[in-house]
Amino acid sequence: MVDSLPGADEATVSLPVLTPERIPTVVVDDAHIIYRVHQGATGGTTPVAALRRLVKRTNAPNVREVHAVKGVSFTAYRGEAIGLIGSNGSGKSTILRAIAGLLPVNRGAIHTQGQPSLLGVNAALLNDLSGERNVVLGCLAMGMHPDEVAKQAAGIIDFSGINERGDFASLPMRTYSSGMAARLRFSIAAAKRHDVLLIDEALATGDKGFRKRSEQRVRELREGAGTVFLVSHQLSSVRDTCERTIWLESGVLRMDGPTDEVIRAYEAYANSK
Amino acid sequence: MATTALVDPDTGLTQAQLAARHGLRVAGERPTLAEYSRRLWAYRHFIAAYANAKLVASYSNAKLGQLWQVLTPLTNAAVYYLIFGVVLAQNSIPNFIAYLTTGLFIFNFTQSAILAGTQSISSNLGLIRALHFPRASLPLSTTITQFQQLLASMVVLIGIVLVTGEPITLDWLMLVPALLLQAVFNAGVVLLVARLGSKASDLKQVMPFVMRTWMYGSGVLYSVSLFERLPGWATTLVQFNPLLVYIELARYALLEQAPLLNESLTQLWLVAAGWAVVAGIGGYIYFWRGEQEYGRG
Repeated sequence: MVDSLPGADEATVSLPVLTPERIPTVVVDDAHIIYRVHQGATGGTTPVAALRRLVKRTNAPNVREVHAVKGVSFTAYRGEAIGLIGSNGSGKSTILRAIAGLLPVNRGAIHTQGQPSLLGVNAALLNDLSGERNVVLGCLAMGMHPDEVAKQAAGIIDFSGINERGDFASLPMRTYSSGMAARLRFSIAAAKRHDVLLIDEALATGDKGFRKRSEQRVRELREGAGTVFLVSHQLSSVRDTCERTIWLESGVLRMDGPTDEVIRAYEAYANSK
Repeated sequence: MATTALVDPDTGLTQAQLAARHGLRVAGERPTLAEYSRRLWAYRHFIAAYANAKLVASYSNAKLGQLWQVLTPLTNAAVYYLIFGVVLAQNSIPNFIAYLTTGLFIFNFTQSAILAGTQSISSNLGLIRALHFPRASLPLSTTITQFQQLLASMVVLIGIVLVTGEPITLDWLMLVPALLLQAVFNAGVVLLVARLGSKASDLKQVMPFVMRTWMYGSGVLYSVSLFERLPGWATTLVQFNPLLVYIELARYALLEQAPLLNESLTQLWLVAAGWAVVAGIGGYIYFWRGEQEYGRG
């Protein structure tokens, strides 16, 4: 890697360096993330209780704070593909959202190069609108130019395969099956080129044919992107795509190293539970 | 850690120093106001497309579809006319139907923008958490959607005004700058309530009462000459009520003999422009200052 980078000349080391200098793209520095969840109506919802809370200035009981990430630090370098594994609720998706700048950190900091993009399947779109319109809207929301959107729209709909059983692209999205909607959302998100790419369980979408196509697409995206993060519960897809893996458990970094080692330790841990 | 480079100039640096050395920026950092405005401008196509999409989506389940854009203001006008024109028989105002509908439609433009704006962040959390774009796009597109609705109700209004025998005059042209100033004012207020509503979801319950009080203070349903009976300072206060001012401008433009609270047209324009500037700039800056907080919890 011989890319020129700002400040490289001022601090060059006189010794011949065997490994080329590695350029960090994501630096996570002791990040803590706490978010509040509204649980909906549970206990203590009477007007009197609400009034008492107001007087005593306590939080509503249906708002709970979740300390999802507790002081995680790591550095990701250009050209790396990093898997994030851990049990449900270990903070994997949360930290991805924070790297994408979509969730603020409460303590510590996350530094990134450029604007990382999060590739998820749950990008919300407008259910009352047709698939075609959603494609245009989704692309514009990712910052594409209208000309580019017009060029790509047909390709996105083809890729999602929603038109395989009749003309669904012109029907409102609320008429889609959940698999179709997820496929369309993935296709929209995957249509853009990214510097730092964060993939959240997106490979598990749709039927077998679509999964094959989407894995191929992710490989292409990876070749174009500097750094790729992959959150997945399918250890096989982490093993296939990532050479480095980070294992999170209850918001704490348990292990960070070569994929094989980390997955072996994780499997031993998961089986012993 | 897996960082095992033998000779690495980066060894010994803290994470923050490492990030600084390679020029990384803090994720989700708030851009400067100028940079934010530039990005917002780059997203103008998204704002327009989103506003259009919302307009289309809002009636997509109704059989009569987009016809409701015109039917809603018509029905509204009919109901208020029945109560204030027929039952309470307000005869003191010449051409009461036109007076009432002008006030109602102009007020409704701000009211529906504010009510929708309160939720423009909280009802789009999915979009905010999934994608990265200047958040001001959402309240702004809400304002544009309401502006499109206003245009439909203006067609209805002009129909009513003509049918009730008002002549077409050059004054009608004043309606265009008046509505534009009001749109800027609305955008500012919508940005303000969008940020407030993103934190306190209770605001949604309170806003209808605020808007109703505001409506009674804007002389929509009855003659503005009633305000002259208030103590002097209160009349002055009402004269500076932005919505009253925008309504009076529209009435001045369209109606020949409508009673007006503000006698001086210059003062009306100055107050109207002043509110647009103050609300527009103030609301924008206030919203921008909260940029990193949206979408959290």
